[in-house]
Amino acid sequence: MSVTPNGFDLDTTGRRIVVDPVTRIEGHMRCEVNVDEDGVIRNAVSTGTMWRGLEVILKGRDPRDAWAFTERICGVCTGTHALTSVRAVEDALGITIPDNANSIRNIMQLNLQIHDHVVHFYHLHALDWVNPVNALRADPKATSELQQMVGPNHPLSSPGYFRDVQNRLKKFVESGQLGLFKNGYWDNPAYKLPPEADLMATTHYLEALDLQKDIVKVHTIFGGKNPHPNWLVGGVPCPINMDSVGAVGAINMERLNLVSSIIDKCTTFVQNVYLPDVIAVGGFYRNWLYGGGLSSQAVLAYGDIPEHPNDFSPGQLHLPRGAIIDGNLEEVHDVDPRDPDQIQEFVDHSWYSYGEPGRGLHPWDGVTDPEFALGPNAKGTRTNIKELDEAAKYSWIKAPRWNGHAMEVGPLARYIVGYASGHEAITEQVNGLLTTMDLPVSALFSTLGRTAARAMEAEYCAGLQKYFFDKLMANIIAGDSSTANVEKWDPSTWPKEAKGVGMTEAPRGALGHWIRIKDGRIENYQCVVPTTWNGSPRDAAGNIGAFEASLMNTPMERPDEPVEILRTLHSFDPCLACSTHVMSPDGHEMARVKVR
Amino acid sequence: MSQMETFYDVMRRQGITRRSFMKYCSLTASALGLGPAFVPKIAHAMETKPRTPVIWVHGLECTCCSESFIRSAHPLAKDVVLSMISLDYDDTLMAAAGHQAEAAMEETIEKYKGNYILAVEGNPPLNEDGMFCIVGGKPFVEQLRHAAEHAKAIISWGACASYGCVQAASPNPTRATPVHKVITDKPIIKVPGCPPIAEVMTGVITYMLTFDRLPQLDRQGRPQMFYSQRIHDKCYRRPHFDAGQFVEAWDDENARKGYCLYKMGCKGPTTYNACSTVRWNDGVSFPIQSGHGCIGCSEDGFWDAGSFYDRVTDLTQFGVESNADKIGIAAAGVVGGGIAVHAAASILVSAQRKAQSKDPSKETHEETRS
Repeated sequence: MSVTPNGFDLDTTGRRIVVDPVTRIEGHMRCEVNVDEDGVIRNAVSTGTMWRGLEVILKGRDPRDAWAFTERICGVCTGTHALTSVRAVEDALGITIPDNANSIRNIMQLNLQIHDHVVHFYHLHALDWVNPVNALRADPKATSELQQMVGPNHPLSSPGYFRDVQNRLKKFVESGQLGLFKNGYWDNPAYKLPPEADLMATTHYLEALDLQKDIVKVHTIFGGKNPHPNWLVGGVPCPINMDSVGAVGAINMERLNLVSSIIDKCTTFVQNVYLPDVIAVGGFYRNWLYGGGLSSQAVLAYGDIPEHPNDFSPGQLHLPRGAIIDGNLEEVHDVDPRDPDQIQEFVDHSWYSYGEPGRGLHPWDGVTDPEFALGPNAKGTRTNIKELDEAAKYSWIKAPRWNGHAMEVGPLARYIVGYASGHEAITEQVNGLLTTMDLPVSALFSTLGRTAARAMEAEYCAGLQKYFFDKLMANIIAGDSSTANVEKWDPSTWPKEAKGVGMTEAPRGALGHWIRIKDGRIENYQCVVPTTWNGSPRDAAGNIGAFEASLMNTPMERPDEPVEILRTLHSFDPCLACSTHVMSPDGHEMARVKVR
Repeated sequence: MSQMETFYDVMRRQGITRRSFMKYCSLTASALGLGPAFVPKIAHAMETKPRTPVIWVHGLECTCCSESFIRSAHPLAKDVVLSMISLDYDDTLMAAAGHQAEAAMEETIEKYKGNYILAVEGNPPLNEDGMFCIVGGKPFVEQLRHAAEHAKAIISWGACASYGCVQAASPNPTRATPVHKVITDKPIIKVPGCPPIAEVMTGVITYMLTFDRLPQLDRQGRPQMFYSQRIHDKCYRRPHFDAGQFVEAWDDENARKGYCLYKMGCKGPTTYNACSTVRWNDGVSFPIQSGHGCIGCSEDGFWDAGSFYDRVTDLTQFGVESNADKIGIAAAGVVGGGIAVHAAASILVSAQRKAQSKDPSKETHEETRS
């Protein structure tokens, strides 16, 4: 047994369980754990199993195109990389954006938060708590009563409605073709909901599937499509024209009315369905408070949603910025993405090489030199891995550290930072939820806490979305219809060399892009993304990452059925295509990518 | 599809007795936690024609194709998944993980040999022995080959599977490779775009279920019904192009009037897709309508065709009735593949029409037809 510097007792003597693929996530991931004779997890290993090389590909390209490339890092949190990228380029070139562009970007980013959180809870996470097969046993009348109790303002609540959904489910199950539900763990005692709660939540799974396609129409209006709307360095591409010639082809009254109606729809669903569901489902699992991991000791947020264009000072951000370490909620540290000592990435346990062990590099100076090799104690072969050797390299994800600390990022991290720094809206929401559920603050530091923080954040973002819509309208009414600043559009106006950083809070957590521009071209581009933080492997000092820490000491009902592992990993909303990246700044990396 | 065996047929063929079959149904019922009343219903379903099974695998990608798919408004994604197909393996959405997920795929392959559709999102990297994308401890390319072996047909979703997309952009460090260069013995339907339009995706699937055949494909393997015309051909801003009315700078007066985005780098004139007709997200808008030029995301190699803000320079005035297939025929004789289709089209057309202007923004065009 060994104790990590961040305080976890690792015991690798017990039986090894491998989960690969980890499903209901974005991208490819593997997880291995050791369980003791009681089925309790005593060691956890998380592995990113894909690598695409986008930052290598970006080298030498037009910085104004970078948003489109980086947007394709992830189609789930679509748009957030693009926003981060245009911010990085604007930071490097000193471009200020118009007020309307700031409001429209915020609306789009908030819209993404809501969409992503809803889809995550219902379509990626719910099946860890909800058993759709058990829903067949539900009494539709009792389900209706449950619905009216937990979400009295939701109109779809009649017994007949639930009976119809149940009949459809029955027909589906009776077909013997279970599709997505095939080989699920439906008789596992880890599922605790009564059939009526299962039916209610499964019904909302279907309602949310219908709704989410409407939520994103805000992106379609401002960005032309979703997934992957269009963005613009210097502002937003959509012009505003309220009543002049050609207004029908621009952002006009009809378009804004559609945005407004969708914003209302988001707010209604989050308040009447999503948040009540999380409270109802959470209530049945209120004794299952595992999965806290790093959340009680080290969390990080960059902050986002600036009130004013280009002002990223912490006091002007609606989503909070700060770092908490050693579990000390009394002190919220400021975070400086430009400080070469604060954010560094390590590769001692990642399939990359820096040439010397124990070295950490700031993203502006990042290097990515892939080196795929299994450790001496791995089982299987190079192309048929049975078990990994975590004492050696074992992941395509690097290990980012903040002042040497492994950190958790994401909605829970944002909410802990907000709570600790006295953010009014967040504090009120958190206290309200804890009172409703009759739980202490410490209950936040759990898998359920992560899931609840996400739901609270969706509600908060829905309110902010309305706030920025009203702000946009007020500005247009005041006569400002500007959406883009083109003063520095032409590369001939740029300095010979420049570097910048863009930060956002992606749905999954703190996201940063660091860019160096030289002679009008990208010289170096580096992304450190939320799942790089959360999915981080061990570092040279032996600190385990957030996924790994969160699995520790969790009991499994049936170790061969990874319900509890999935539940906790999903609570982070892992995004593996984002997390596994590449790049080096020095012009030699193409030659160093090993082509075998 | 029509000749598909039922689950019961397969079990009988494998020498399983009726009695064992009923026992299996009863075990299935109890495994699902259902009572004995469900046994005859499960048996009945297994004896009748099943929904078409679909295995949906993921290579190097960003999941935008799956996200687009669930945006479908007609039909709704839930109706596709609950009533039209049986999505037996899709690691993005399925309940099971690890061994149980792999078993779900094996069972589907075994039971529906030659009768399931393989949908591929993303592509396999071939460098590093394929280990830039690992599934179940093995290279993704192995899973792809395995699932393809007994597939009835393959759908290559999106630009990744069809052409390689962003990870295959120069210098393609992982050697990300489109599906048709790895699987060469199966019918492949390419549905390009980054991502494809949701209703195009469900349109392709429902066409196959309705007509029990593959859609008509062009010479690049794309469904003709959605990819035979350029965005430019059906763009509502086309009259401004023809009239020589262009946006000159972002957010200028012309942008606010909705003039043509050609000078801002719009790739609509060289991009074959349904964006300007079907539009996006239930027909709400499409890139040009929202003020940004088309970036050409359904075209092979669009990441390496210069900046998104560079003006299209190989634009020639072959008319709207010239479709991708005709151009493909010309291209096939001229180039070995890649992005040269439109360059080849220009060669063809310029041979026919020597007097075309290279920069149509300089003049107002007469309507020309090739």
